[in-house]
Amino acid sequence: MHEFSIVQNIVEIAIETASQNHVKSVRSVEVEIGQASGIVADAMDFAWESLIKDTPLRQASLVIKIIPLVVKCVECGLQYSPQEIYEPCRLCGALNPEILSGKELRVTAIQT
Amino acid sequence: MCEHCGCSGEDAGFVLLNPETGSHYHIGDDNPDSHVHAHPHKHSHMHDSPRKISVEVDILHRNDLIAQRNRGFFEARNILALNLVSSPGSGKTTLLERTVRHFEKKPVFVIEGDQQTSLDADRIKATGVPVIQVNTRDGCHLDALMVSKAVKELNPAESSLLLIENVGNLVCPALFDLGENYRVVILSVTEGEDKPLKYPNMFRSADICLINKTDLLPYLDFDLDRFRSFCLQVNPGITFIELSAKTGEGFDRWINWLEQQVTGNR
Repeated sequence: MHEFSIVQNIVEIAIETASQNHVKSVRSVEVEIGQASGIVADAMDFAWESLIKDTPLRQASLVIKIIPLVVKCVECGLQYSPQEIYEPCRLCGALNPEILSGKELRVTAIQT
Repeated sequence: MCEHCGCSGEDAGFVLLNPETGSHYHIGDDNPDSHVHAHPHKHSHMHDSPRKISVEVDILHRNDLIAQRNRGFFEARNILALNLVSSPGSGKTTLLERTVRHFEKKPVFVIEGDQQTSLDADRIKATGVPVIQVNTRDGCHLDALMVSKAVKELNPAESSLLLIENVGNLVCPALFDLGENYRVVILSVTEGEDKPLKYPNMFRSADICLINKTDLLPYLDFDLDRFRSFCLQVNPGITFIELSAKTGEGFDRWINWLEQQVTGNR
């Protein structure tokens, strides 16, 4: 349940951004969370509510965009979207594909 | 505060314990590495209309920056730093006790991570090796800042081996780079073969896997080959060493591996 420290980092980044841009109230904080990042989005919502209290973000909602896992087979070049990172290539059975997306942990924007 | 594992909530911060001096420090959010800068200014602003401000910042960028700083410190002092991760009860501390007794090539320093108590640090201290205990309190993993502070307190010697025992947990520590040279995942054979598939992030991020408590194999159904194949499925580049930290069986290979790394280090 490291989602708490992940959310704490999001809150810090958003407050810093708001402060640098002289923003008084933030309506939403937008983040991208990769499907294979190891983070559970539902657990983030819970942490968000308790961490924004008494901060400039207290009115803000957390908008989570889940980025699907997309990989490319290093043997045959097939691009596919497995459920888990370790699933073999559907075409040739090779393991350890190159990850094209799905590991993101990123604050993309704040909406005022 | 998180009721599942109590990851740092509003009572953020951690505690460093030095069993040598008996001193301890509370490191809270008021330290210069972990605060948000105030931004006092006098000019007025007209930003009442809604707008979108692009951020594009990695959520873990602060941890990763401090981890890189730790890495630079280790490199400058020619320190080999290992991050030891596992579930609770895999035998990490017993493994460390035996390691510090048998590794003679370089001085050894230890950082112990636990939510509470200095029990592990006391066990390491009894071996005569300098040790710092980090109590993460609400945290379920060590992060780079905790290691940075602990390293300053521990002051590991030039050309030494630094063993960092992470909090027992196969999930959270996977995401947090500490600045280590190698990540060592320890699995005890009592845990079952399917752990790499259940916790792929941890096994994928590790460089070497120690399979501990092999002295118990005759009493268990644990299939070593099956475990290895699951692990390789998640991480084809991982190295395995089977050993028993209790009996010392297979321990030579681990000590040899460490000696090779410190030699290769410089």
